[in-house]
Amino acid sequence: MSATQTVATSNRVAERLYRKRRIVNRIAIILSCAAAIFGLFFLAWILWTTISKGIGGISLALFTENTPPPMQSGGLANAFFGSAVMCALAILIGTPLGIAAGTWLAEYAGARKIGTVIRFVNDILLSAPSIVLGLFVYTVVVAQMGGGFSALAGAIALAFIVLPVIVRTTDEMLRLVPAQMREAALSLGVPQWKVIVQVLYRGASAGIVTGIILALARISGETAPLLFTSFGNQYWSTDLTRPMSSVPVVMNQFTASPYESWQTLAWAGALVLTFFVLVLSMIARAILLRNKTSND
Amino acid sequence: MTTIAARGSVPQPESRRDELQDKGFSYVLAFTAFFVLIALAGAALSMLWGGREVLAQEGWRFFFSAEWNPVENRYGALVPIFGTLVTAVIAMIIAVPVSFGIALYLTEVAPSWLRTPVGSAIELLAGIPSIIYGMWGLFVLVPVMTEYGTPWLNDHLGTLPVIGPMFQGPPIGIGMLTAGFVLAIMVIPFVSSVMRDVFLTVPTRLKESAYALGATKWEVVWDIVLPYTKSAVVGGIFLGLGRALGETMAVAYVVGNTVRFSVSLLEPGTTIAALIANDFAEATDTYRSALLLLGFVLFIVTFFVLSIARLMLMRLSRREGLK
Repeated sequence: MSATQTVATSNRVAERLYRKRRIVNRIAIILSCAAAIFGLFFLAWILWTTISKGIGGISLALFTENTPPPMQSGGLANAFFGSAVMCALAILIGTPLGIAAGTWLAEYAGARKIGTVIRFVNDILLSAPSIVLGLFVYTVVVAQMGGGFSALAGAIALAFIVLPVIVRTTDEMLRLVPAQMREAALSLGVPQWKVIVQVLYRGASAGIVTGIILALARISGETAPLLFTSFGNQYWSTDLTRPMSSVPVVMNQFTASPYESWQTLAWAGALVLTFFVLVLSMIARAILLRNKTSND
Repeated sequence: MTTIAARGSVPQPESRRDELQDKGFSYVLAFTAFFVLIALAGAALSMLWGGREVLAQEGWRFFFSAEWNPVENRYGALVPIFGTLVTAVIAMIIAVPVSFGIALYLTEVAPSWLRTPVGSAIELLAGIPSIIYGMWGLFVLVPVMTEYGTPWLNDHLGTLPVIGPMFQGPPIGIGMLTAGFVLAIMVIPFVSSVMRDVFLTVPTRLKESAYALGATKWEVVWDIVLPYTKSAVVGGIFLGLGRALGETMAVAYVVGNTVRFSVSLLEPGTTIAALIANDFAEATDTYRSALLLLGFVLFIVTFFVLSIARLMLMRLSRREGLK
């Protein structure tokens, strides 16, 4: 075998290897594009289903009339009201607790082990199954009150979903505030609690507000924890100690029913809910984005 | 001299007040932080306490028996536990490669002007409430599965040896495979956004060195990016798994809610979360206790899965911190 032949074969081998690498790369790129299209395709499909099935049920009556008995027309007014009350209450309970706990983690825990442990537990609470929180509130609140379902129990269950979100964002946002701000304020003789409340919260406020909006977006669609805490109510109710209607629970009840009028209402509720949640998450994204660009 | 020293040692009433307020403030904050710990522990213990009745009646059999018969007051949790694991595994088999592909697309393949809009759109998927996924699954996906999916699977995969029986079943559309598929779509945005975020932490000079040596995009991702982010990628996958295990509404609509063991993925089954959601409000006494204990099982399983996820994710950020 002459030298030129060896060079030729090794060239051919290299050529083949090169071509194989290019083909593998091409296949990988095509598959990754396919994966992205797969994700976008299902997003579009789900949104399209919600719009096409829900748009027919959108009317003024949807917001002014209460949930009807089977086969009759009506709206979801009591459900919208119930959802608004319970979500507002959950935010009111969860936010102060979450901000306080997040502040402790960022400002007082330092490098202590317990801080790491609480952060870890909070992260787990953040992704814990929401139905488990419903069971928790059932045993702690509903069962203790004699087994009566109540709007208050529903709000508490939702508050447990709000809490870890706020803890996490507060903790992260406060740690982003530059140390010079703390040092400057402390060197003026300002007590630490005033530094936190008047200086640091101001710096972290946009982030914390984003956290609250994201938490609201998350709980407004939550169904599982409400099923056996606030239960449901066919009528308009303002009593926090009684069962209260909510949009997701009504949707759950109506979707499973054989009545067309109920199913139409369920899809209309789904459309309003999806729209609300998507607008909230876009607002949160916009606030974050604006903050990022103004800080850079 | 003495006056100055005295002044220094005697605290001013103002600073005394500040000190007290500071202490009080920090105690309140510390209490709320510990409340987070109490909440998690309370959630676990309250369900265990609620399940004590059935635990006393069934003992360890509860976890290993497949007999779930509320009428005769017998409770064995094997079927819902099995259903939970199977649907979650199906979800992950679909979601992991797709999420990896999306993360690859968003970090290396897509032109830079497309990355933000496509990334945000995929993340929007994560924001859609789970009940909407359930309704979509029941009204849109189930008919598609009945019409095309199940017959195709019966004819093509159902005839294979070993795995064949898993794909034989009646064309009803609901079942563990459909539930797993809906779960996969729900989990994809979570897993892919974690993967994308950790891929972005890979130092540019590492990637550019590889490109400079003539590596292709795929080789850079497979040989440079993935080894660098290995632990966090596994963390992201476990985060998705935790979500898939505990998801309730989306599954409850399409899984069939039948507490019966079946090898076929096309037969209706149930999961822990779906069973609780369906039956808890009407359940009484021992049945309610059994469902609470099931909730405890679900909690423990997701706790471990999520713990692994967090530890894996922390490993990468710790290395990031050391640099």
